[in-house]
Amino acid sequence: MSFFTRKRSASSAKERLQLVLVHDRTDLTSTELEALKDDLLKAISRYIEIDADAVQIGVERDGRSQRLVADIPLKNVTRQRAG
Amino acid sequence: MAAQVITVTSGKGGVGKTTAVANLANAMAMDGKRVVCIDGDIGLRNLDVVMGLENRIVYDIVDVIEGRCKLRQAMIRDKHYQELYLIPAAQTRDKTAVSPSDMVRICKDLRADTDFILIDSPAGIERGFRNAIAAAERVLVVTNPEVSAVRDADRVVGILEAEEKGPPALIINRLNPSLVKNNDMLSAEDVLDLLGIQLIGIVPEDETVIIGSNRGTPVVTDPKSRAGMAFRDIGRRLQGQDVPFMDLEPQSGLWNAIQRMAGRK
Repeated sequence: MSFFTRKRSASSAKERLQLVLVHDRTDLTSTELEALKDDLLKAISRYIEIDADAVQIGVERDGRSQRLVADIPLKNVTRQRAG
Repeated sequence: MAAQVITVTSGKGGVGKTTAVANLANAMAMDGKRVVCIDGDIGLRNLDVVMGLENRIVYDIVDVIEGRCKLRQAMIRDKHYQELYLIPAAQTRDKTAVSPSDMVRICKDLRADTDFILIDSPAGIERGFRNAIAAAERVLVVTNPEVSAVRDADRVVGILEAEEKGPPALIINRLNPSLVKNNDMLSAEDVLDLLGIQLIGIVPEDETVIIGSNRGTPVVTDPKSRAGMAFRDIGRRLQGQDVPFMDLEPQSGLWNAIQRMAGRK
């Protein structure tokens, strides 16, 4: 990476810290978070069809508290006509 | 009026807790307050050398706890300020020589004749830290704008929340304005956003701090020191005054030199 195009280090520091602090505060490793996502999607899929590729689940910070935010798009269901 | 007990802590070592305690204590003594500092780092005492009082130690905090002397006898009077005292840590003992209730009792005994009790916490989140926060009515967390210090500060803030100590206030120490300007150091805003607590002061990186501890004369007593100025401001905020935050634009460079020559800075 050239000196002139390199990303300034403060931004890397902030991004890395954001991730680390979420894990420290929730005591949830990234592997566990992935497992949680899988379980969540499996549970929802039992009732409704979802667009698995477009799913976004993550932990967001809100001041000193964390929230699990999930955006789970549903697939359009074409109702079968009776008769 | 009874004293307010303020504990200075950080999680990570070496971020400037002891320097902060020595400077804030001197700053408030300069404002005429009666201040007692307690070195909470049993076995690794340092507040005495930073304050320049190492040659006056006869008794320490463990002597008080174990009844070998009166509290008054362990209080070392500062060289310059009549109403500033240090209670040193024991050097040859470990943290288990002090319990949280000992700290509460000592602070209670000091309250009537003191305005501020400043406790210098050891690094870490174990016994010594627990002792240091036991009597605290207010906690200041010191950090540096770098990843390890901010991460450890966040751990400490989490523990303080869990202990229901009330929201701590943050001192960002050793901020280098030129590095921040070049985007090679976390800015004060970044650190505040990450930690989500209230700010009580930003202390710029300043070589006069080392010169001060070399001499055992904290930099607040140097009217020209930028770090000293920042500590004096924090001292006044702790006394309840509304002091605006100082301008931390980089001090070097031609434009600044011209402005200084023109008397604008």
